[in-house]
Amino acid sequence: MELSETLQSVVDDLSENYSEHLIDVYQSTGDTFIRLQPDSIVEVCKYIKNEHHFIYLADILGADRFTSEERFEVIYNIVSLRDRERLFLKVWLEEEEPTVDSITDVWQSASWHERQVYDMFGVRFNNHPDMRRIYMPEDFDYYPLRKEFPLLGIPGSIELPSSTPDTE
Amino acid sequence: MGIENSLGDGFLTTKVDSLTNWARSNAAWPMPMGLACCAIEMMAFAAPKYDAARFGSEVMRFSPRQSDLMIVAGWVNYKMAHAVRRIWDQMPDPKWCIAMGACASTGGMHRCYGVVQGCDNFLPVDAYVSGCPPRPDALLHALMKIQDKIRTEHSTKLDT
Repeated sequence: MELSETLQSVVDDLSENYSEHLIDVYQSTGDTFIRLQPDSIVEVCKYIKNEHHFIYLADILGADRFTSEERFEVIYNIVSLRDRERLFLKVWLEEEEPTVDSITDVWQSASWHERQVYDMFGVRFNNHPDMRRIYMPEDFDYYPLRKEFPLLGIPGSIELPSSTPDTE
Repeated sequence: MGIENSLGDGFLTTKVDSLTNWARSNAAWPMPMGLACCAIEMMAFAAPKYDAARFGSEVMRFSPRQSDLMIVAGWVNYKMAHAVRRIWDQMPDPKWCIAMGACASTGGMHRCYGVVQGCDNFLPVDAYVSGCPPRPDALLHALMKIQDKIRTEHSTKLDT
C-alpha cells in the first residue's frame, strides 16, 4: 500500500485509537478505503473530521453486495480540502432490517444522501431528522436499487393518473 | 350554384365545419410540456429559423386554459404523470396531443421503474414524433399532421 502522508496518519491514528472498530484498510483504483464496524461510524467520522480536517462530505452511497451475509454496504466519501485528499469509509450491514446511525450530526449535508440510500436500498438511519423517501412516492413498497427488484418495476405498484377527469 | 347569385359581391358560401376547421387548424396554440432535452428543440421549433408562426402555432401558452395542443417534450415519470394529466384535463376541448421524441412516445432509453413507458398510458396521443431528440422540422411535420387531422374532423353538430 502506498499511502500519502495525510492518509497514513489517519490510518495510524485510527488503528491506535479505534483498533477494535477497524476491520480493513485497502486501496483500489487509486482510492483508499477503510471498513469499519457499523456501530462506530459516528464516532470515527467525528474524529476524522475534527482531527484530520476532512470537513467535506462529498457523497454517501449504498450498495447491494447480494451476499448471504452482510448484504448491504454504505459508503461515505469524504474529502479534506486542506490536504487535497479523498477517503472512503465503508460499513457492511445485515440483510434483515439494515440499520446504521445517521451522521447528520457530523455533516448536516448527510441528510439528503442518507434519505436517498434509504429510498433506494431500504437502509434505515438512526437519529435522522427526517427519514422519508426522497425520490419515490411515500407509499411505495419496494426499494428499487436492490438486486431482486425488476428493471421495469412492479406493474401497478405506482398509480398512474386516472384517464377520466374529475367532474366535480 | 344558385345562392351566390342572389348574395351579391363580398359573400361566399361554405360549410360551418370547413370554416371552424380552417380556423382551428391554423391556430393550434401549443401547451409546451417541456420535461427534458426535447424542450430545447421545441423552442427552436417556435423560434425564427423554423418558425412555427407559419402554421399559426407560435403562441406558446403557459396557461392550459388558452391552449389547444399539448406537446409532451421529454420523459414523464410517475410522479410527473399526475401533473401532466391534470394540465391536460384543464385544457378546453377540442384539444390535441403530440408525444415528442422517443421518451414521450415509448419511454425511450429510460427503460426503468420510475419512468412511464410512453405518455399514451395516460394521455390520448394524436401524433408521435420519433427521434432523440427530434429535429424541429420533425415537430413541424407532426404539427402539419395534426392540422390535417383537424381539417377532416366533423366539429359542428346539431344540438338536438
